[in-house]
Amino acid sequence: MHITVDQDKCCGAGSCVLAAPDVFDQRDEDGIVVLLEARPAAGLHEAVREAAAVCPAAAITLEQAQERV
Amino acid sequence: MTTAPHTETAPLAPTAPLAVPATRASGCPFDPPPSVEYARKEQPVTRATLWDGAECWLVTRYQDVREVLSDPRFSSDAKRPGFPFLTAGFKELASSNTSSFIRQDDPEHARLRRMLTADFMIKKVEAMRPQVQGIADDLLDRMTEGRTSADLVAEFALPLPSLVICLLLGVPYEDHDFFQERSRVLLNLSSTADAVRVSQDELLAYLEKLAETKRHEPDDGIVSRLAARGELSNRDIAAMGRLLLVAGHETTANMTALSTLALLRNPRQLAALREDPTLITGAVEELLRYLTIVHNGVTRVATEDVTVSGHTIRAGEGVICTINTANRDEGVFPGSGELDVSRDARRHVAFGFGVHQCLGQGLARAELQIAIETLLRRLPGLRLDIPFEDVPFRTDMGIYGVHALPIAW
Ligand code: HEM
Repeated sequence: MHITVDQDKCCGAGSCVLAAPDVFDQRDEDGIVVLLEARPAAGLHEAVREAAAVCPAAAITLEQAQERV
Repeated sequence: MTTAPHTETAPLAPTAPLAVPATRASGCPFDPPPSVEYARKEQPVTRATLWDGAECWLVTRYQDVREVLSDPRFSSDAKRPGFPFLTAGFKELASSNTSSFIRQDDPEHARLRRMLTADFMIKKVEAMRPQVQGIADDLLDRMTEGRTSADLVAEFALPLPSLVICLLLGVPYEDHDFFQERSRVLLNLSSTADAVRVSQDELLAYLEKLAETKRHEPDDGIVSRLAARGELSNRDIAAMGRLLLVAGHETTANMTALSTLALLRNPRQLAALREDPTLITGAVEELLRYLTIVHNGVTRVATEDVTVSGHTIRAGEGVICTINTANRDEGVFPGSGELDVSRDARRHVAFGFGVHQCLGQGLARAELQIAIETLLRRLPGLRLDIPFEDVPFRTDMGIYGVHALPIAW
């Protein structure tokens, strides 16, 4: 899994941080998304998928790696 | 059919456009109106007529609602012709330019919203938990001292978020009667346009004066920090402050009281939550879904022709996304008519969707988790103190809930 985030689209709702706190954080100055881990361990994939699904601004994109888990 | 209590089985097949705000079925105060539920099942994108005779679209299913609310071709700008107004009061406010970024589009919306996102981000909210817990405990100490009954709304559900938002904004809580009365007028569906204008003006004047004061006597609150940026007029700050003040306490207050009532009416769910307090996080999501207190939906106007589930919505036509029916979509939430605190309801749209999704959702979640957990823990004998039929539901208000909730313990 490879994650990219779009900080311009992000509206700082914080849903990703609630869903996957090990992977997403919010910038101190404006609450905009910060990606902590672009290629998270397999154990975090489900949480990351949930984070992408609840993101209201479609700011999280997931690419499944070729060698799927 | 005269004896059948289940209006669900006797849908009102709408021949004319559906009238909104629609009426709930009597005896089903937690369920969306049957006419809108019927639309979700049979005509998910349909026409509706508003109180003033204007027509607009009603979008009732989960996927369609998410699509509309995340599509920038649907505008939140209430000054655009065709914007659907749920009440005379909202229409009045639209022309006054004082609704701040909830009624603006990007990039202006994003510019203003981003001045506040840091204040409501998850780590800020987490840091506030001990303070919110302290407020909850103080209020319950006062409510229960020497007594065995009270109105939960007046003594707990409303003061808790009200105290919190005042602290955050730097608004003196002593003035709560003043702004709570005015926010009741703003949210009352039957308030006249004049009454709404007067209340709005009084709130704005109050907040403008506060902004001016903070320019000379700064503190750590949001109003003061907005003033210190130097980019905003006192009027702009007042509009933002008004949005936060009204959105910040009526919503959480109503969710707290209505959730308590819903749990009392679902004793097995209540017992499950009492037995395992760690369920509270998920239970709050489920309560948000099941109760969806923004019960008349979220409004937009199309700026281009857009096709939604086969229906072409033309530029200049209004849309109401009924998030309450979206949250009852069986395809997403099986058994959606039941409250189930162990359900994973995180994908609900009770906070809306798209770039306008609720700014205060992290705070609202923390407040609700703390309020409900503390209430259930401290009042093991909690019960309703009036017959259920006598509970005064807020069918007359833009935010659903109960006007009062007499409880005993
Ligand atoms: C249970 C509690 C709450 C519910 C159900 C709720 C619901 C909503 C909904 C549905 C919207 C979207 C409106 C739209 O798209 O047009 C919204 C927006 C908003 N809410 Fe909340 N809200 C709650 C609590 C709060 C709190 C505690 C605050 C602030 C302290 C707040 C501040 C706002 C603001 C500022 C917006 C406008 C966001 C924007 O336009 O970018 N809300 N809320």
